[in-house]
Amino acid sequence: MRDSPSEPRLTEAVVAAAAPVAAAPGSLNGAVSPAGPAYVGRTLGPGFWISIGWVVLMILAALAAGVLPLQDPTAIGDNLPRLGPTGGHLLGTDELGRDLFARVVFGARTSLIVGFSSIAFGIVVGGAIGLIAGYYGGRLDAALNGLSTVLLAFPVLIFLLTVVTFLGQNLFDVTLTLGILSVAPIARIIRANTLAYANREFVLAARALGARSRRILIREILPNVLPSALAFSLVAVAVVIVAEGALSFLGLSVRPPTPTWGGMIAEGGQVLAQDPLVALWPALAMFMTVLALNFAGDRLQVYFEVREGGL
Amino acid sequence: MSGTGPLLEVSDLRTHFLTGRGAVRAVDGVSFTLERGRTLGVVGESGSGKTVLARSIMGLLPARNVVRTGEVTYDGRRLTGLSPAELREVWGAEISMVFQDPMTSLNPVVRIGRQITETMRFHLELPEAESRARAAELLRSVGIPEPERRLRAYPHELSGGMRQRVTIAIALACGPRLLLADEPTTALDVTVQAQILSLLGRQQRERFMAMILVTHDLGVVAGRTDEIAVMYAGRIVERAPTEVLFSDMRMRYTQALFRSIPRITDPGHRRLQAIGGRPPDLVAPPRGCPFAPRCRYARERCHAEAPALTEAGPGHTYACWYPAEPGEVAAEAAALASEAMP
Repeated sequence: MRDSPSEPRLTEAVVAAAAPVAAAPGSLNGAVSPAGPAYVGRTLGPGFWISIGWVVLMILAALAAGVLPLQDPTAIGDNLPRLGPTGGHLLGTDELGRDLFARVVFGARTSLIVGFSSIAFGIVVGGAIGLIAGYYGGRLDAALNGLSTVLLAFPVLIFLLTVVTFLGQNLFDVTLTLGILSVAPIARIIRANTLAYANREFVLAARALGARSRRILIREILPNVLPSALAFSLVAVAVVIVAEGALSFLGLSVRPPTPTWGGMIAEGGQVLAQDPLVALWPALAMFMTVLALNFAGDRLQVYFEVREGGL
Repeated sequence: MSGTGPLLEVSDLRTHFLTGRGAVRAVDGVSFTLERGRTLGVVGESGSGKTVLARSIMGLLPARNVVRTGEVTYDGRRLTGLSPAELREVWGAEISMVFQDPMTSLNPVVRIGRQITETMRFHLELPEAESRARAAELLRSVGIPEPERRLRAYPHELSGGMRQRVTIAIALACGPRLLLADEPTTALDVTVQAQILSLLGRQQRERFMAMILVTHDLGVVAGRTDEIAVMYAGRIVERAPTEVLFSDMRMRYTQALFRSIPRITDPGHRRLQAIGGRPPDLVAPPRGCPFAPRCRYARERCHAEAPALTEAGPGHTYACWYPAEPGEVAAEAAALASEAMP
């Protein structure tokens, strides 16, 4: 803290400004402000980190599935069918004698690729539409809103069935279809957030300094909208993973023998009475992943909201 | 410096907002001129149209449901005829604005440094390093210690007064010749208000920059402006050089506004001299003088006929049928002016 001797009247303001910075030097991740009633609950909490840990573990497993010392998830007849969990097969084997652990890990690939890629698509396309609709307003907004209402009103399952039937059952088409379906709800959320920021004074201030609309959108509004969009997208990924699970349960997702969690649950369902564990493992993996994504997304949303309030 | 005439000429400026109830006449026929390097205080209560006036001068209005007529000429250029792209060249570089609330006029998720350098890189096309050096210099000139470190800070790490200093630095970044300050101290603590006002005054003198200081507080403009325009219901109802206004205010609204300022020298437990009632509905303003319903001097004529601006002396005009006598409030004014002047 330094007082400028030429301007003694500045001193209080200097002290006031320096105090919070001195209390938490260099911390920019949101946990900056001094402790006080307004900031209680401003950490993400251990639950968030456990959830993220699980999701990261799943992602790593899916990425490294090819190089991990796993058995071939599609080889039929190498092992006895329906072995319980043993040393050689951590989770046992399924009806066709395939290693369940390997299949769960490889199944994560499908679920996660479809989940994250389709939401990434949804965020890029829906985000752009939402930003433009929210910022420019007027007829453009009305038109885009109408379009998203139509998309939302369309029966999802029928749309999926049609598209998958015509395009084919491969990873790319399933991802693209689910991505297109996620555009409308994401666009709505981004639009609502953009509306809230578009009329804020700092946007007007940027305009008053000669900023172009495009720069205002990208440099002023987008950084504000992005955190809540990311928080929301985690939850959206969970929704898509469940949707993909439902599709593959119905046999409409990626074709067998490529392992998918939904497909594994469907196969296990046939022997549920004799051997419930076959359906349990993929169900558990999906349940944990979806739970973790939801929990992490919720925590992030709360976290960013509190941060907003503190500003 | 190109032209030789006045820096800013506003003639018969009207800004009407179209709403479901009808047109809101937020600014309704305002004319004035501002010379280079001079300061004009625009005073009025909430809803008198002073903020809209400032934004109308710039052309910084919503894209839809707004009708602006009249002319704004800046340094010989007709601002009212410029395209949005041409206006962007003027905004920030020639005419800048400081907003009321530094809590909301800075982007919360962008570092101070980038918020300052952005404009310079856009208007002056300076390279990154040079614009950062100039940004630090600017922060120093507006009284922020350790400017290099502050460039990396986010707005929430600074106090309200510091933030307003930052917004002033941003507004001054490209060396504008006209600064519009829209209630720059209203959102700040009283202790910081005086500092910010003297900072604005100092910058304005050093840069020979013209300034329009919009405020609801007659006390704020008392010692800090060359001229004062009092606004009511979207019009200028009295305008005079600052000393003349305080020694010889004529319009009854100016007088009422002036009397509503609490004095330190007042005896304790004295009632505040509030102006009763509310400003008129700007969708359907009254036929006569808009202040008549709240004016204790109003007579029949005030309700029937709107008074035109009358000349009272050099540079002093007012719109009132039954104005205050010259010198009626002079003694009170002298007391206030001596209080407000540092």
